[in-house]
Amino acid sequence: MDLTTQYLGLELKNPIVPSASPLSKSLDQSKKLEDAGAAAIIMYSLFEEAITAETETVNRFLNQQDTGFAEAEDGFLPDFEDFSTGPEPYLENLRQLKEALDIPVIASLNGVTPSGWVEHGRELEQAGADALELNVYYVAADIDQDGNTVEERYLEILRTLKNAISIPINMKLSPSFSSVANMVQRVAGAGADGVSLFNRFYQPDINIDSLRLQPSLHPSTSAEALLAMRWIAILYGRVDGLSLGATGGIHTTEDAIKLLLAGADVVHLCSTLLKNGAGQTGVILKGIEQWMEEQSFESVADFRGRVSALAAPNPAEFERANYVNIIDSYSFSPGVMV
Amino acid sequence: MTQQMVTLDGNEAAAYVAHLTNEVIAIYPITPASPMGEWSDEWSALGQKNLWGTVPDVVEMQSEAGAVAALHGALQAGSLSTTFTASQGLLLMIPTMYKVAGELTPTVLHVSARSLAAQGLSIFGDHSDVMSVRSTGYAMFCSATVQEIMDFALIAQATSLESRVPFLHFFDGFRSSHEVVKIDKLPIETIRAMINEDLVSAHRQRAMNPDHPIIRGTSQNPDVYFQGRETVNPFYAAVPDILQAQMDKLAGLTGRQYKLFEYVGAPDAERVIMLMGSAIGAAQEAVEHLAAQGEKVGMIKVRLFRPFAPKHLFAALPVTAQKIAVLDRCKEPGANGEPMYQDVVTAMAEAVADGSMAAMPRVIGGRYGLSSKEFTPAMVKSIFDELAKDSPKNKFTMGIIDDVSHTSLDWDPSFKPETPEVTECVFYGLGSDGTVSANKNSIKIISEETPNFGQGYFEYDSKKAGAVTISHLRFGPHQINSTYLIGDNEASFVACHQPTFLTRYDMLAKAKTGGTFLLNSATPTDKVWDDLPNSMQQQILDKELKFFVVDAYDIAEKTGMGRRINTIMQTCFFAISGILPKDEAIAHIKHAVEKTYGKKGQKLLDRNYAAIDATLEGLHEVPVPGQATSTFERPPVVPADAPDFVQRVTATLIAGRGNELPVSLMPPDGTWPTGTTQFEKRNIALELPKWEDDLCTQCGKCPLVCPHAAIRAKVYPAALTEDAPESFQSMPIKGKDFPSDHRVTYQVAPDDCTGCGLCVEVCPIRDRKDPKRKALNMLPAEERHSIEQPNWDFFLSLPEYDRTKLDGTKIKHAMMMQPLFEFSGACVGCGETPYVKLATQLFGDRMLMGNATGCSSIYGGNLPTTPYTTDPHGRGPTWNNSLFEDTAEFGLGLRLAVDKQTEQAQEYVALLADKIGGDLADGLLGADQSTEAGIFEQRERVAALKDKLATIDTPEARTLLGVCEQLVKRSVWIVGGDGWAYDIGYGGVDHVLASGRNVNLLVLDTEVYSNTGGQTSKATPMGAVAKFSAAGKPTFKKDLAMMAIAYENVYVAQVAFGAKDVQTVRAFLEAESYDGPSLIICYSPCIAHGVDMSNNLRQQDMAVNSGHWPLFRYDPRKTEAGDNPLRMDSKAPSIPYRDYLASETRFSVLNRTHPDDAERFLKLAQKHVESKYSLYEQLAHLAWQKADKPVEKSES
Repeated sequence: MDLTTQYLGLELKNPIVPSASPLSKSLDQSKKLEDAGAAAIIMYSLFEEAITAETETVNRFLNQQDTGFAEAEDGFLPDFEDFSTGPEPYLENLRQLKEALDIPVIASLNGVTPSGWVEHGRELEQAGADALELNVYYVAADIDQDGNTVEERYLEILRTLKNAISIPINMKLSPSFSSVANMVQRVAGAGADGVSLFNRFYQPDINIDSLRLQPSLHPSTSAEALLAMRWIAILYGRVDGLSLGATGGIHTTEDAIKLLLAGADVVHLCSTLLKNGAGQTGVILKGIEQWMEEQSFESVADFRGRVSALAAPNPAEFERANYVNIIDSYSFSPGVMV
Repeated sequence: MTQQMVTLDGNEAAAYVAHLTNEVIAIYPITPASPMGEWSDEWSALGQKNLWGTVPDVVEMQSEAGAVAALHGALQAGSLSTTFTASQGLLLMIPTMYKVAGELTPTVLHVSARSLAAQGLSIFGDHSDVMSVRSTGYAMFCSATVQEIMDFALIAQATSLESRVPFLHFFDGFRSSHEVVKIDKLPIETIRAMINEDLVSAHRQRAMNPDHPIIRGTSQNPDVYFQGRETVNPFYAAVPDILQAQMDKLAGLTGRQYKLFEYVGAPDAERVIMLMGSAIGAAQEAVEHLAAQGEKVGMIKVRLFRPFAPKHLFAALPVTAQKIAVLDRCKEPGANGEPMYQDVVTAMAEAVADGSMAAMPRVIGGRYGLSSKEFTPAMVKSIFDELAKDSPKNKFTMGIIDDVSHTSLDWDPSFKPETPEVTECVFYGLGSDGTVSANKNSIKIISEETPNFGQGYFEYDSKKAGAVTISHLRFGPHQINSTYLIGDNEASFVACHQPTFLTRYDMLAKAKTGGTFLLNSATPTDKVWDDLPNSMQQQILDKELKFFVVDAYDIAEKTGMGRRINTIMQTCFFAISGILPKDEAIAHIKHAVEKTYGKKGQKLLDRNYAAIDATLEGLHEVPVPGQATSTFERPPVVPADAPDFVQRVTATLIAGRGNELPVSLMPPDGTWPTGTTQFEKRNIALELPKWEDDLCTQCGKCPLVCPHAAIRAKVYPAALTEDAPESFQSMPIKGKDFPSDHRVTYQVAPDDCTGCGLCVEVCPIRDRKDPKRKALNMLPAEERHSIEQPNWDFFLSLPEYDRTKLDGTKIKHAMMMQPLFEFSGACVGCGETPYVKLATQLFGDRMLMGNATGCSSIYGGNLPTTPYTTDPHGRGPTWNNSLFEDTAEFGLGLRLAVDKQTEQAQEYVALLADKIGGDLADGLLGADQSTEAGIFEQRERVAALKDKLATIDTPEARTLLGVCEQLVKRSVWIVGGDGWAYDIGYGGVDHVLASGRNVNLLVLDTEVYSNTGGQTSKATPMGAVAKFSAAGKPTFKKDLAMMAIAYENVYVAQVAFGAKDVQTVRAFLEAESYDGPSLIICYSPCIAHGVDMSNNLRQQDMAVNSGHWPLFRYDPRKTEAGDNPLRMDSKAPSIPYRDYLASETRFSVLNRTHPDDAERFLKLAQKHVESKYSLYEQLAHLAWQKADKPVEKSES
């Protein structure tokens, strides 16, 4: 049975690629993912903002601890002088993963400044990343900023990075574009080798005791995968050379198969791995194989995109925004005389 | 062996040898010894190995008693073991020290000697602690310099191994433990050469080992105990010679020759002083100077005090010595002289008696230097002058003015041996501006990059917010042993790092003629002269000082350094002082910056470099006019209407001239007036909150969260606003609980606010049209201070609202109650003080407080001024700090006394009912004091009773008069931090909770020993980095609440005012009303968590929402009604524990230093918080049945 798939120009042994999660922080867990069958691994994100903030915090609380109070004159936290607050630990993790794993390792980057994107992008390439995923976290909250400006921001980052590095680039997008399909096309035009649909954000919540905001993040559910499924189905086969990754809400074999049927080149797993462990990769892979056998598919290529908008008898169903439950009452079976 | 010169302080020097020569290190924090434990822990966390190639096991214990017992066990099982301590910590070790010595166990205990808490606590140095253990059987060996500390630590270890007598190696707290100097570091080979492996092996052979078992610690009877005690004599007799031999051996290895008693001075000296410790430095300067002038004077440096070795003393003492002054740095009240004096007198008397000494010299004893009191060459000269008299004063004191017992000797401060080759520099800075670390860095640069020797000593503050530091730096071509502060007219360089000091301190008194004055000020060069008070201008003229100015804050701002000016001021120092060629100095500073920040990002490096370069351009010499021109002077430190005691005593302390106060002005028993912080106007806020009465909903949250009681609420009749200043704001009080003709004001105290911004942070009300505008907003202090000043004065003049009409369960009402804890010296944004303040608002007028040593006793009771105050009736919390470990028991004692006196008063009221009137008696005995109104009425009755009793002249009436005030309900509060409640005081906490008595335990849980600098306690969460767990705490936080709940009759609450303020207030009220033991555990964010305290409230929220700090109340009274006593007040964890951790450096730094452990701890902790919440949640939902009558035992 042939499970291979092409992703970002890489030949993958199967379409299951764990997405950026804390699991990749541990060499041991990453190895388990590989052993369980993961075709590639996307590392947790390197956050430029976090690096900057951490550097400032460490500077403040470890290097500038003077209190002026005799009993705590040298501050409160032990200061190990010999550690770095830059991206080195991430790069070191990347190097170790590259060394320990046979599967491709895709680094993930979240920058905030143009120089940060380029500087860290280069470092990740040099440390051996097989590809780079851009994790562009951006909530367009500025009421005066139009959609085009927002989109241009993404494209500019992409173009700049494309000029700076030569490994494939994947862009993780949010669904918050007025024209998702068009945005994907423009991303491809700006040099992206693939897109992942979709990013999930922390949503702020309100604490009614303190009247303050607090962050919240709930693990995804299978229902959320349907959002990615729709857009992958719409985009399948429409943008030449662009890999499609499905992310967000893929928990089960069934979820994965659906996304592949919609046209995904790879499906990304996250919440389910955090919940069930690295072994879940194997469970899902096995399930896919079993289903393929039941359905008599020889290869992933056989069924990928079979239920995409291109392949569907009624592509408009992917574009329906409201559930219209009475439509079928008007139609008749084609072979029945009325 | 190559010589390596290093720059370090005494604690590091001792720890260096201790860590290399031991295997098990038991530690416990206590100032000023804590850094020895911290170094050991850090070195072990970094995997640094000892002489035998293994990493010493460093274990924190629950107390010093625990540390020494663990050490005893480790020694008995054959390991080399050490510990470090000071002060009352050493006293806690006494019982075990007898055991260690009695069993002839080789070990060294390193002590940074410190005062003992008596009439007051002091963290500073003297020999009170070590002299209290002189009968334990430990050899006592004293270092006088940092070099000696390193050398003697090793000599002590070698001698103890050989003699089998345990050694107490001590040196003066702060003066030696914290003095930074350049010394010759002992190479590993030297240390190895001094440690005899055969002796180590012999120690192991004597150990407890089941393969060749022994028994020690037997119980002995009159038949043999005495003889057994005498067996050790030969071992003690051998110590002096063994020690001298080890000293000689070290001399062979290093060239530094020491003697048990070392003589310095004229060979034919007639007058000799004897002393030990850091004062030797000052004394030697005086002796050498006087002897060079032909005076027949000399000194004996005492190194070995126990076993006392007369033979060696007499060998060192010139036979010409006729008069000897023996100086002790301790006080033994009631003794016929202090310990060393007595030993010397006895030894000489014995020698005269047995004929080995021709005649008895005149020996006098003197006390000096208690609590790091200055001891200078001038004082030494004065003692020699006294010795020259026919009848020198015996049992004298030196360094104070004793106008009560007239023990003190005068001295002439102008006497100072010339040291022209030494450069002396003084720097005035804020604790937070980095002045001290910059100066430590400068000493390192000068000491390590040039042939010069440097010395740094730092004066710190007793305040934690806005602490002022004075750095004393000396540099010169030879080792500097001037063990005293830089005095008046001595400093060739004086720097003022904060312009606000110009009107607060007489800084230029220290400047010497022709010196330099550097000022950080935003005032332009051509105007800055006018900022100086007239007397300061005159000093510059008289002393012909050069005057430089730099706008360091501007440079810091422009170069991205924020408010950190340390590197900038350091650059100025090197640029002006000429100690090093400018370019060379700048290169060294940049190199030091690179060493510190090299791995922490290019940005940090770049902006430091930019700041250094910009400094050179921004530093200007100020042209000094020919005469003093300004028309103002430094203002008085306290208001003119302050009470007499405050004017005479407190003001002198505030001004930094406390050394001038004579004994007669000191309260003899440690009793000081309360409510004095109100007179210390510090004005340290950069921004002040401005109240917007058009938005305010009067929720009361701002006064609740204010750590310094610097924003207050008051309700008062509208008519009173007629005389208000124009800028005074007020608004009609909302709600039907108050009279409609009353108004309310939320008012800031502009001199006392620290600018933390928590009041604005908590304010829930925003202007919908301008969401950035809240009902409180921070505005620049320079804009608001002069406006709010008269407003605050007017606010104070308004009457307090009748508290019997307030409902304390409502925050708005509770915050109308006057805080009786105000303007403490706690840190900006402190997470503890709001709880303390709340307690005083609710119960302060009838509160007795026993306070464990720690932050709360420091901001609560550190001189010069104290924050507990009184209401308009003169009532308020009465407060005492017994010790660290005994607070629960101390508080129980308060309760027992109150209860006993109340009972006695009730008995006497009943007895005298006829005479005082039956109604009054019944009222007094049957009073319901469960409400404020009930308490008010009882106070009225007691007042009536007093009037009655005044007319009854019987012994019973007089007795009742003495105790009748106790008929008013008392509220006993036992307050302390987690170090006390979870660790050192837990035994007492447990016992007091079990006692069933009506006490309230308030645990201010910062999850570390905050006061001593953030050491791990059992309250520290897993994975948190703290001192003593530099590699992250590997165990879970102790669940103190659950332990107390297990008693079933203890009221227990876990609260976090920043997460749910109403629950906090209710818990306080319920705890206090419960007639039994109550325990309130308060989440208290602390700067030790590595988070800015402006986020105090957010961190409390996160702690609760992540499940780290579930909120609940356990009220045993509920079971009586058949209800479950436990009530959860917070929901199940709703944010990942990871998010909480990521927000605090104490956790996040572990990701950098020990990433694998950090991840492992996180996972364990996430599971733990979930299961803990689940456990509490399940308990809270257990079905509960009303307790039936106890089942009777059947007859059968």
